[in-house]
Amino acid sequence: MKALVIAEHDNHILKGATRALVTAALQIAEHVDVLVAGNKCLTVVTAASQIAGVSNVLVADHGNLQYPTSETLAALVLGIAADYIGILAAATTTGKNFLPRVAARLDVAQISEITAVITSDTFVRPIYAGNALATVKSTDSIKVMTVRTSAFIETPTGNTVAEIKNLAAVESSIHTMFISETMSESLRPELTAARIVISGGRGLGSAENFHLLDKVADKLGAAIGASRAAVDSGYAANDMQVGQTGKVVAPDLYIAVAISGAIQHLAGMKESKVIVAINKDAEAPIFQVADYGLVADLFIALPELEALL
Amino acid sequence: MKILVAVKRTIDAYVKVRVKSDNTGVDLSNAKMAMNPFCEIAVEEAVRLKEKGLATEIVAVTIGSDKAQEQLREAMALGADRSIYIQTSDELEPINIAKLLAAVVQKEQPALILLGKQAIDSDNNQVGQMLAALCDMPQATFASKVVLSTDKVVVSRDVDGGEQILSLQLPAVVTTDLRLNEPRFKKLPDIMKAKKKIIEVFTPELLGVVLKSHITTLSVADPPPRKAGIKVQNVAELVHKLKNEAKVIA
Ligand SMILES: Cc1cc2nc3c(=O)[nH]c(=O)nc-3n(C[C@H](O)[C@H](O)[C@H](O)COP(=O)(O)OP(=O)(O)OC[C@H]3O[C@@H](n4cnc5c(N)ncnc54)[C@H](O)[C@@H]3O)c2cc1C
Ligand SMILES: Nc1ncnc2c1ncn2[C@@H]1O[C@H](COP(=O)(O)O)[C@@H](O)[C@H]1O
Repeated sequence: MKALVIAEHDNHILKGATRALVTAALQIAEHVDVLVAGNKCLTVVTAASQIAGVSNVLVADHGNLQYPTSETLAALVLGIAADYIGILAAATTTGKNFLPRVAARLDVAQISEITAVITSDTFVRPIYAGNALATVKSTDSIKVMTVRTSAFIETPTGNTVAEIKNLAAVESSIHTMFISETMSESLRPELTAARIVISGGRGLGSAENFHLLDKVADKLGAAIGASRAAVDSGYAANDMQVGQTGKVVAPDLYIAVAISGAIQHLAGMKESKVIVAINKDAEAPIFQVADYGLVADLFIALPELEALL
Repeated sequence: MKILVAVKRTIDAYVKVRVKSDNTGVDLSNAKMAMNPFCEIAVEEAVRLKEKGLATEIVAVTIGSDKAQEQLREAMALGADRSIYIQTSDELEPINIAKLLAAVVQKEQPALILLGKQAIDSDNNQVGQMLAALCDMPQATFASKVVLSTDKVVVSRDVDGGEQILSLQLPAVVTTDLRLNEPRFKKLPDIMKAKKKIIEVFTPELLGVVLKSHITTLSVADPPPRKAGIKVQNVAELVHKLKNEAKVIA
């Protein structure tokens, strides 16, 4: 009984999400293999082979996996799927993009964004923007699922090294052409992996003011997030959005600045260990989930906070 | 060029969700229902493409119980030309929805299929990708910009960390993200006109699709509540608590 984990990486660094996937996979099957699909990704392969409990690392290292399309990734996984009782990918834009194609081709369901494994066929997943938790049982022979990796601890490096096996190249899809990818450069920790996140909302008022968060983030070593309204208003980049339809974060500390606390925003941050809300409206719903609420004008509170850290 | 748009009836995005006391599901008996917001964006995009002269016909499709036809009327009030309604009683799993939509694609042969990236009730984010796989079509999920020409569509996609641009050969599947457009409001005359537009009714049997169950929901529960927090008086108190009580900063 083996499960397959699809590694999250950027061809250089193995993302912590992969270790969380291994944790989930080991709750489903005795043996876990990790697939690393990439281009010139040797350091990732090495890191994956050292995760405790991983049996094999399957490597597809080819030029057409630099920016793989959903078709190419799905074809790669489908080529080896028959060996596994579970196939797990992170609920990132990559995982969400290709994994349903795998499930459809296998004629099985996909279970999206599991947050807990009850038994090898029963899982918990949030629905309705996290306002309800569904416990679902799969009757499929292969369980295909995306995992909310923030809900699982990361399996550390172990004492043994997994066997590394190379996979043959798969052909690129002829119908899809990759044109370009622009990644925002940031020296800050990644939003979904950060220990501390500070997010700004519409109340920041402008893109310029949004930078008021930078100094506090610098002092805390925090990642910066945003509400949908802040993104829509052009204060923050789209990939900073936290929420039902953005990123889901669960840091040790989440600081919401001038965010009202709409259910769609809460869906992305309410599993944070400690929540701080700074808002000038004492009635803002964000205070209902905040461990520490400060009713204040951000333009006064943020500089004070920066000074005291 | 024909565009097919899949729309789902869901709970209104701003309604407070209540879990049924017997934990069998979410109580929708008196909840306000609406078109899934991402589907509204899909309809809007189709209408804009038609207004630009790039598309000639927009067909809306939904799968669900009788009431779901209200969302087809909505889609037609916004600009869809006609609709296909597939009558089912159950909340179907995405794989089954995708199979039904694939049968419609087979019948209608659209050049472009637009769907929402995610239904805000089940939060699955699967149907578009599954449909593309079943129809062996290219896909672009999480679209923030769609540029259509006669034989291809160039799509900007919102991905973690930035943006990606793909060019897909038609026919293709595109799923919409929030940034793609701002849906218009329905106008009263258009609502009246939509009442005269045609809804063709099918069942899974009529489409020759056999539905299988893959997943059983054992229970639906409230998420664990957060313990009540406190209000701090000032920034100094906040910093003190974070250091000494919560111990999350040094
Ligand atoms: C389908 C769908 C999906 C969505 N997905 C998401 C999502 O993923 N993430 C998300 O965030 N939203 C999402 N939304 C939007 C969500 O419903 C809210 O509209 C949004 O979260 C509001 O953002 P906000 O809190 O910044 O703005 P507002 O609700 O306008 O709140 C601004 C807050 O700032 C406070 N404020 C103003 N000035 C100051 C000041 N000087 N000092 C202190 N406080 C101040 C105000 O009191 C107010 O509480 C989604 C909506 C839909 C329909
Ligand atoms: N019952 C349905 N009828 C028509 N379209 C649907 C249905 N369910 C899902 N879809 C489409 O698939 C998209 C994604 O839904 P999901 O994968 O369930 O999150 C939705 O935005 C719709 O465009």
